[in-house]
Amino acid sequence: MRVAIPSPLRSYTGGREEVQARGATVAELLGELDAAFPGIRFRMIDEQDRIRVHIRLFVNRELVRDLGRHLSDRDEVQVLCALSGG
Amino acid sequence: MQRSSGKKKSVARSRTVRRPAKSARQPRVVLLVGTRKGAFVLHGNASRTGFRIAGPQRFGEIVNHVVLDPRDRRTLLCAARAGHLGPSIFRSTDLGETWQEAVVPPAFRKAAPGEAGFTVAHTFYLTPGLSSEPGVWYAGTSPPALFRSEDGGATWRGIDGWNENPLRTVWCPPEDQTPDGSIMHSILVDPRDATHLYVGCSGGGSFESTDAGRSWRPLNEGVEAPASPDPFPEFGQDPHCMALHPLQPDRLYQQNHCGIYRLDRPDSRWNRIGKNMPAEIGDIGFPVVLHPRDPDTLWVFPMDGTTVWPRVSPAGKPAVYRSRDAGKSWERQERGLPREHGWYTVKRQAFSADSCAPLGLYFGTTSGELWMSANEGRSWRQIAAHLPHVYSVVAATLD
Repeated sequence: MRVAIPSPLRSYTGGREEVQARGATVAELLGELDAAFPGIRFRMIDEQDRIRVHIRLFVNRELVRDLGRHLSDRDEVQVLCALSGG
Repeated sequence: MQRSSGKKKSVARSRTVRRPAKSARQPRVVLLVGTRKGAFVLHGNASRTGFRIAGPQRFGEIVNHVVLDPRDRRTLLCAARAGHLGPSIFRSTDLGETWQEAVVPPAFRKAAPGEAGFTVAHTFYLTPGLSSEPGVWYAGTSPPALFRSEDGGATWRGIDGWNENPLRTVWCPPEDQTPDGSIMHSILVDPRDATHLYVGCSGGGSFESTDAGRSWRPLNEGVEAPASPDPFPEFGQDPHCMALHPLQPDRLYQQNHCGIYRLDRPDSRWNRIGKNMPAEIGDIGFPVVLHPRDPDTLWVFPMDGTTVWPRVSPAGKPAVYRSRDAGKSWERQERGLPREHGWYTVKRQAFSADSCAPLGLYFGTTSGELWMSANEGRSWRQIAAHLPHVYSVVAATLD
């Protein structure tokens, strides 16, 4: 499935705005992304498996808060950076 | 300055002053500057009369600390996070031209179901281990936690004696937030004994371990605590910066939220040497810097801790204060600094000394300026301006 990568994380994807990855759940997808782009998951997800405060994950434009959310190959995933000031 | 290793020696009570050889060639100084918007490296010329700025590196990221490994004078570690992203540690062997991220950054243990879990908000402090332990580094984080790497900063693991200690959140309550979050800073390794550690927690106090971090005890006797009905509790103090003298490791200093203190081990009671500061200046500030060759000489950068705590130079007149007698007396050093309307301060990691003779001193300000003195503080000159808010300045030598 297609995964849209925001600019703060493109240093991990070689500058690519969009990558392909697989996974039956959001958690699996993030694991696959981390295998392909080491370190990217920890910048989005903390050590308690919580989505970091300024990160938003969308599946087919729907906000996802549960990493166990099921995915299909036709889904489109967007990683967005929420407001963070200063 | 590279730490030595070896058996612990008896406490030195006499004054230890190492005088540099007059013919010694001066090392080349680089300043490693962490700011709110990235890191900068300033390359000094041989006479320290000019500095070339390189950077920003890790542009846009919040860089709390950049430290050169004194054991190889080549490897840099950088503690950084971006506004949106989680924290990590980055390593460079080309003075910051390229960086490799830690494979396993500092992180708490994953909590069991139903258990409260902790998350590293950022790494604040980095320090290398002794020369007898190549590859060893320590990191202090927010919330206050202690991590160790044994492979040059590539992988990190928590020191359970602190991080899993049930007293950790009693000593350093999560709700006692300093403005950027409670932090562990000033991780000090006794140069005679790698298992003897001190840490400072803001807030929480100073703590000591003599078994490589497996157990800890508070070390705050004589230190006043803010926001406590008991002015001298066992813990709850707010050390801003602690330093241990490399030639006399039983001599510690701290700049605290409540004054400047000195401790001479094996005593465990701190002596408030800030009482000897001019009353109109007070003894509140963030950093303390030691002369690497004279345990009795130190510098502080006072700030206004009156009324609502403006945390800027008293009266808008920045000045460094030096003591040459271990805090019994202080002298103002302000030549070259703004005489008025200097409304900034210097954060706890933003004041540093090199190892040259005479000693060079360097500080970075909350207003993005860098200042240096090539004559041990007698006069100052600005070497950079218009940088972002400076969080840390580390003077290192490359050769």
